[in-house]
Amino acid sequence: MTLASALIRSHIRRQLAAALAVPLAALTPASGAMAGETVTIRIDNFTFGPETVTVAPGTAVTWINGDDIPHTVVSQSKLFRSKTLDTDDRYSFTFDAPGEYPYFCSLHPHMTGKVVVKAPAG
Amino acid sequence: MHDPTDANDDPSRPSRRGALECMVWAGTGLLWTLGGGLPRAMGLERALAADASPAPFSFLQISDSHVGFNKPANPDALGTLREAVEKIRTLPQKPSFIIHTGDISHLSKDKEFDDADQILRETGVPMFYVPGEHDLLDDEPGRAYLDRYGKGSRGAGWYSFDQNGVHFIGLVNVVELKAGGLGNLGADQLDWLEKDVAGLSSSTPVVVFAHIPLWTVYPEWGWGTQDGARALGLLKRFGSVTVLNGHIHQIIQKVEGTVAFHTARSTAFPQPAPGSAPSPGPMKVQPGELRQYLGIASVSLVHGNEPLAVIDTPLAG
Repeated sequence: MTLASALIRSHIRRQLAAALAVPLAALTPASGAMAGETVTIRIDNFTFGPETVTVAPGTAVTWINGDDIPHTVVSQSKLFRSKTLDTDDRYSFTFDAPGEYPYFCSLHPHMTGKVVVKAPAG
Repeated sequence: MHDPTDANDDPSRPSRRGALECMVWAGTGLLWTLGGGLPRAMGLERALAADASPAPFSFLQISDSHVGFNKPANPDALGTLREAVEKIRTLPQKPSFIIHTGDISHLSKDKEFDDADQILRETGVPMFYVPGEHDLLDDEPGRAYLDRYGKGSRGAGWYSFDQNGVHFIGLVNVVELKAGGLGNLGADQLDWLEKDVAGLSSSTPVVVFAHIPLWTVYPEWGWGTQDGARALGLLKRFGSVTVLNGHIHQIIQKVEGTVAFHTARSTAFPQPAPGSAPSPGPMKVQPGELRQYLGIASVSLVHGNEPLAVIDTPLAG
């Protein structure tokens, strides 16, 4: 295996890990993502997916807009606010303090989601 | 069966239903004429075909141009706006003015507003705007919109004016939206509205226009206005209220008492019927069929002694 293909494979593994982090985080809210990891939330069909994610303090959460229509990611407590995200645009925010962070799309406020920041058990 | 609500033998005072007879909508725009003090709508295609019998007063509604949108549902939203304007220019009777019910631009970029303005100017008639949520996406939300279109308006861009005895009210329901909620007018605007209509006689015909429907069309997709009922409550005493909205890129209308509600088609791309798709995102149709959803198809509203009926009247295809 050449170095280049090894790099690509490693890149693909990282991508897969990032993609898997979302459903895992959604399914096992008690465990959540490890500090320093990245969790991805997709915006598709006017929905944040998954709607609720649980992450460890220090996790960067990235939203990617897959819709043909722009959306925003706006914290209800005004802690964070993305610019307008057009198709394939992304926005990241790193959550340091434990707590619950509900957010919504300020253009389509029926779109809501929540990030729960919780230290891993043990 | 005779409908008692339609009992009105005085031709100078047409009933609500009488005024709604044979309304036709086309996606390119709606031509509104005032007959006997009541607004009447006609789709552009029909207006173009009609004899040039002069109405005392007419205006036109255009909506959701989304200039800058270039995705598969319509790769050339500017081109379809141009087509709509070309149709307006060939109307036998020039409308007194045009109301644009928002989403002029797709992303509130200067170039998008510039392009829209340049084409709409070719209509040669005054324009009245209210913003859609796509017009408030600049870094200081709404600044670009207000600088361009907000002259003489209040707050986020609301205002009223009178023309030929009709009171027109432009409302803004796309700012300070609350999580989980719908469109929003807010206390300041409702206070203003109350004062604005306070001195009007109840016989004044009122036309109120805003981007998001003021009535609840489909809350699951956010198609409604949280405090819209409060605005309509302030207009309850008026004998004729016509509510014109955009946002949902399709025609939906209803009549409730003295209030007639209409949503206009977009000149850019269609959206699915409420609940008929996973999301309200742009509806992709075959390229050859796009204009049927934007401008060529029309809906006729006819009446007899039966309840109001909607008939699709495609003009091509």
